Amino acid sequence: MLDITNMTKVFYPGTVNEKMALDDVSLHVNKEDVVCVVGSNGSGKSTLFNLISGTYPLTSGKIIFDGTDVTHSPEYRRAMTIGRIFQDPTKGTAANMSIEDNMITAASKGMKGLRISLNNEKREMFRHLLEPIGLQNRLKDNVGLLSGGQRQALTLLMTVMSKPKMVLLDEHTAALDPRNAQIVMDLTERYIKEFRLTALMVTHNMQFAIDFGNRLIMMDEGTIILDIRDEEKSRLTVNELVRLFKNLRNKEFTSDEGLLTKD
Amino acid sequence: MLEGIFVDGLVFSLMVIGILISYRILDFADLTCDGSVATGAAVATMAIVNGLPIPLALVLSFLAGVLAGMVTAAIHNKLKIPGLLAGILTMTMLYSINLRILGNKANVPLLRVETLYSKLPKIFTYFSPEWASLVGTLLVVLFVKVLIDIFFRTDLGVSMGAMGGNEQMVISQGINPEVLKLMGIGISNGLIALSGGMLAQYQGFADANLGQGMIIQGLAAIMLGEFLFSTNRISLLTLRAILGAIMYKALMFFGRKYGYMIHITPNDFKLLTGILVIASLFIAQTRSVASSKGAKKKAMARSLARHEAALKEEN
Repeated sequence: MLDITNMTKVFYPGTVNEKMALDDVSLHVNKEDVVCVVGSNGSGKSTLFNLISGTYPLTSGKIIFDGTDVTHSPEYRRAMTIGRIFQDPTKGTAANMSIEDNMITAASKGMKGLRISLNNEKREMFRHLLEPIGLQNRLKDNVGLLSGGQRQALTLLMTVMSKPKMVLLDEHTAALDPRNAQIVMDLTERYIKEFRLTALMVTHNMQFAIDFGNRLIMMDEGTIILDIRDEEKSRLTVNELVRLFKNLRNKEFTSDEGLLTKD
Repeated sequence: MLEGIFVDGLVFSLMVIGILISYRILDFADLTCDGSVATGAAVATMAIVNGLPIPLALVLSFLAGVLAGMVTAAIHNKLKIPGLLAGILTMTMLYSINLRILGNKANVPLLRVETLYSKLPKIFTYFSPEWASLVGTLLVVLFVKVLIDIFFRTDLGVSMGAMGGNEQMVISQGINPEVLKLMGIGISNGLIALSGGMLAQYQGFADANLGQGMIIQGLAAIMLGEFLFSTNRISLLTLRAILGAIMYKALMFFGRKYGYMIHITPNDFKLLTGILVIASLFIAQTRSVASSKGAKKKAMARSLARHEAALKEEN
């Protein structure tokens, strides 16, 4: 599904601020893999996601997605098949428009035409889709009126609606309170199963990364240092993970959030 | 005489709808307006002077505006410079182009030729000439308004609105925002130029300096309109822009008529328009602060009440 070979990203090359954010990363993701990505701040998780979705160009390397080379294709074109949800709940929806207008924009990917496709049939469908997140009676409300959790749930729904081949979840519950985070996470799990999605998810919650999905990769200083899957992953514990990290890098794992949320 | 205010306001309202599209819907601070309104006037005037039919002259001025807007959007898209700067660039370049269109003259009169406003009284013979002008202009404005309303309800129009709210969201839906901007700013300036084309015929000449300060007048009209009612429906947004335009022209009319009593001359109008925009922004800001203060008070009262109820229960 996703084939990354020797991907490198250097920020501000040739200046004093030069920073190697990703160092020769290769990653192969199979169809219907659900991969959790962990790592401390600055380890390159976000850069990885930004490069996969095309926010900025790579310094070197190659990305093959679903059989086509997307290394140089612009972000909006990759978005046709790769859905992405950000940590910031305001990024996925347009606050100045109603829920139904947001949903009609997401109902089909790509450039829109001069058709008016929002009709009562579509509204009925939206209402049905919105039921699990309790927004079925608020189609005409502006999205700006919703809470962060509701907005993120709506973003998730809109992303799934457009049937992407892969979703990138960039700590998409981190900005929510625990209860809403749980709701959005449950929905995520449900949609991934229901639509058999391939997913990459960044999380700071180590226990969660261990429980969720069939594969876990850990990043540090711009490289992937651990890649644990299936059988092996099911036996993993947080302490084991921290020990592995220490052995590999000869230093302590320094993500407080990661350790605090280990139970 | 009062009909004059309405005709003036309605001609102006086409421009205000154009500015509404760029500023409010696309969230793109576009200054091309000052140039494209004069372009529209120049194109319509030269077309009519050279014997083209009036509807064709208006279509040509619309298209000239679309082109000007697309230049601004293209500069912004390709060079990644802010829309504000791109607009100023186009506006400045348009000044020379407008002089060229007018045959290197700063002012071309529409004398001894048939214009929209000499024709309208002949079409609507039932009305007096002033009323005929008003009815004709109203029909043009309503036609444009309805087209714009329909456009912004299509999938394409909705995605433009979405881009104004959140560009990232539009990208995430696989849409190239550059294309949306090209179209949106194009349409916006097309309307502005159309307004210029009508204005030239209404006042009987095209002037290379016609556009000076137009953008601020347009913004003032939008803000005046926004005091009337609040809405997120496109048909009401355009209606509000039209009403705001008429209100602005009425204010200016009474300023001209009675301003001398407080020693205001037409020379002061640009200053007054600027002050009007600042005052509108100030009022809008104090309003939102007041409403959030009110909400805070209510929230505090609520939590206090809850706290007291909890205390009572404990006892």
